[in-house]
Amino acid sequence: MISRREFLQATAAAAAITTGSGLGPLGRAAAQQRLSQSDILRFDPLGTVTILHITDIHAQLMPLHFREPSINLGVGDAKGKPPHLVDQAFREHFRIAAGSPEAFALTSDDFVALARNYGKMGGIDRIATLVKAIRAERGADKVLLLDGGDTWQGSWSALQSKGQDMVEVMSLLGTDAMTSHWEFTLGAERVKEIAESASFAFLAQNIRDREWNEPVFAPRKLFEKGGVKVGVIGQALPRTAIANPRWMFPEWEFGIREDELQKQVDEVRADGAAIVVLLSHNGFDVDRKLASRVKGIDIILTAHTHDAMPGMMRVGETVLVASGSHGKFLSRLDIATRDGKVSDIRFKLMPVFSDAVAADAEMAALVARHRAPHAAELAKEIGRTESLLYRRGNFNGTFDDLICDAMLSERDAEIALSPGFRWGGTLLPGEAITWEAITNATAITYPACYRNEMTGAQLKEILEDVADNIFHPDPYFQGGGDMVRIGGMGYAIDVSRPMGSRISGLTHLKTGKPIEAGKSYVVSGWASVNEATQGPPIWDVVRDHVARSKTVTITPNDAVKVSGA
Amino acid sequence: MNSPTTGLTRRATITAGAIAALAGLLAPRMAFADEKQVADEIKKLYGDKAMAEGKIRLDVPEIAENGLVVPINIEVDSPMTEADHVKAVHVFADGNPLPGIVSYSFTPACGKASAATRMRLAQTQNIICIAEMSNGTLHTAKANVKVTIGGCGG
Repeated sequence: MISRREFLQATAAAAAITTGSGLGPLGRAAAQQRLSQSDILRFDPLGTVTILHITDIHAQLMPLHFREPSINLGVGDAKGKPPHLVDQAFREHFRIAAGSPEAFALTSDDFVALARNYGKMGGIDRIATLVKAIRAERGADKVLLLDGGDTWQGSWSALQSKGQDMVEVMSLLGTDAMTSHWEFTLGAERVKEIAESASFAFLAQNIRDREWNEPVFAPRKLFEKGGVKVGVIGQALPRTAIANPRWMFPEWEFGIREDELQKQVDEVRADGAAIVVLLSHNGFDVDRKLASRVKGIDIILTAHTHDAMPGMMRVGETVLVASGSHGKFLSRLDIATRDGKVSDIRFKLMPVFSDAVAADAEMAALVARHRAPHAAELAKEIGRTESLLYRRGNFNGTFDDLICDAMLSERDAEIALSPGFRWGGTLLPGEAITWEAITNATAITYPACYRNEMTGAQLKEILEDVADNIFHPDPYFQGGGDMVRIGGMGYAIDVSRPMGSRISGLTHLKTGKPIEAGKSYVVSGWASVNEATQGPPIWDVVRDHVARSKTVTITPNDAVKVSGA
Repeated sequence: MNSPTTGLTRRATITAGAIAALAGLLAPRMAFADEKQVADEIKKLYGDKAMAEGKIRLDVPEIAENGLVVPINIEVDSPMTEADHVKAVHVFADGNPLPGIVSYSFTPACGKASAATRMRLAQTQNIICIAEMSNGTLHTAKANVKVTIGGCGG
C-alpha cells in the first residue's frame, strides 16, 4: 500500500487542490486568480487505473451556489478532526489561502463576496466535460466512474420524472456503478425498476428482504480496468429505514452489516481483485469506524454527510475520500498496483467552477430536454431575498428559517419544525427566489406540511431523540441528518451529554416564557416519516409566504445555545 | 412507522419532521423492567454463579428499524458433543415491561448452538444473553439497541 511519506505528499499536494499543477498553494496575492479548466484537470497520472467519484448530487443538473457549513461538530473520536473542521481551522489544516478559489469552494466565511467573484459551481454538463477529458487522457479502458448516491432526489424535475432525468443523465455520463439513499424515497417498485434496467450497476450489500433475509440488490461488481481487476462493493445508507419513511420500502431492512461486508471483501479478493473499493453511503464518521474494523478495503468513497476534503484520510490500510455534494466536486484517484495489490494512490478533489469549465454540448442538450417541460415554472420569480439563504450546518440555516417562518405564518402555528436535511442550494442577497430555488430546498416524495398539537414534553423528547441521532459519541448509533430546525422556540443543547439530558431551556420565543411540559402548542412541520400525514405540500406553503412577503429578510437566529462542543 | 400498539393513536398522529414514535410510547402507563429485575431473573435460574464473557455472538442492530420486530441472532461457540455442548440460552431485555425475551434448549443433536428470532422492544435498552454449558459454566453477552423516532434524514 502507499507509504506514509507518499501519503503525506499526496495529502499535502491535494491540499492545494491543483495537485501536480506546479501552482502550489495560492497565496493572498493570487487570491483573485480564477482557475481555468486546464488548472482544474491538471493531474500527474499514476498507475493504470483511474477512479472518478461523484456523490450527493441531489439532482442538481445546473450550476448553483452551495455554502459549506459554518458549524460541523464532531463528537467522540471525530471531535476536532477533519471533516469536522470549518472556516479558518479547515483552511489551516488543508493549507488553503483565505480568499482563494479553494477557500470559496470548501469553507463558508466571506461566502457572499467570494461567490460574487468566483461564480457558481457544478452543472452536470461541466462535469461531463471533465469526465470526457479524463477518459480521453487516460483511455476509457482505464477509467471507472462511481456515484455514491443521493442522485435522483432534490429537484423539481427529478421529483416530477420520478428520477428519470437523473438516470438518463448519469447513464450518458458513463456511470459504472452507484449506491443509494434518497433514491429509496421513490418507493421500492420504482427503485427496483431502475436498478434492473439501468446501464450502470446498482449496488447495495446491506439491504435484505425482511421475510427471507435475502439480498435485494447485487452486493458488488468486479470491473477490469487498465489490466487490473477492481472490486466495487456498494453500501447504501444503513439508516434509511429510520431516517426516511419505511412504509415506502416496507419489505426491506438495512443496517451496517459489517460481517457480511467482510465476506464480500474476502470473496472479491478471492475473485482476483487487486483493488477493493467500498462505494459507501454510510456517512464519513461511520466509514472511519468501519475502516478500522473491516479488513482488506483499499479505498472507501464516502458520501451522505456532504463533506468535501482536499486530501485523503488514512485509517490502517484503508484511505477515505470525501467528494462533497451538489456537483461541486469530482474526485480523481489514480491507482498503481504491484503484485496484485495497491502500491500507490494519487488523489485530487477537482472543484467544478462553472464559469471555468466548458459545458459539454451533448449533456447540455439532454439536460435542456428534461428541463423543458418545467422551464417556465422553474424560472418563475416568487419573490426576492435580501439575506443569504443557505441550509447546511448542524443547528440552523437561513433557508430553514425562511421555511419555518412560512409554516408559522401560513399554517398559523406557534412552533415550526423543519427537518435537518443537508441538501438544497444557496441564494445570495439580492437574488430572486424562484420556484426552482424553493423546490431545490423542498422536493421530496413526502412533502405534506402538517399542523398539530404537541405538548412541551413531546417537543423535548423529539429534540433529544434527533440530537442523539447526530451527537451519539459512537457513529454506529447515529442515524440521520443535521438537527431539526425550529421556528418560534429556542433551546439550549449540550452536545457532550448523553441521550435525554442534552436539551434544556425550551423557550416560547413569542412570549419569552418557558415551554411547559404539560401544555399543548400548535406545531407545524413537514417531511414526517408517518404514512398518510395530512397537509399541503411544503413548497406551496413556502411559495405563498414568499409571494406575500415579496422581499424576504432573515434576522440572525440566536435561539439555539450550543455548549459542550 | 405504523404501529398497531394500543394507546398510541394520539402520539402517532403527532408528527414532527420526524416522528415515528416508538420511544416512550408505553411510558405513561406501564412499568418497565430494569437491570435489577433482569439480575433477579438470572438469579432465579443460576443463583450467584460466576459468568464469563466470550463464546456468544449476539447479533442485534445498533438502531432498530422497527421496534416491534427487532431481529436477533445468537450463536454460541461450542463443539456440541455429548461431553461439551450448550444446554440453554436465555435472552433478557432491561427496558421492556417484562424482562424475559426467549429461552432455548439445545442438545448435541442440534449440531450447532444458534438461534434467530424477532423481538419487540418498547424503548432503547440492553439485551442480555446467557449461555449455559454442559459442564455447568455460564457465559454472557450484552448489547444496546436504540429505538428511535427517526426522521430528519440527511
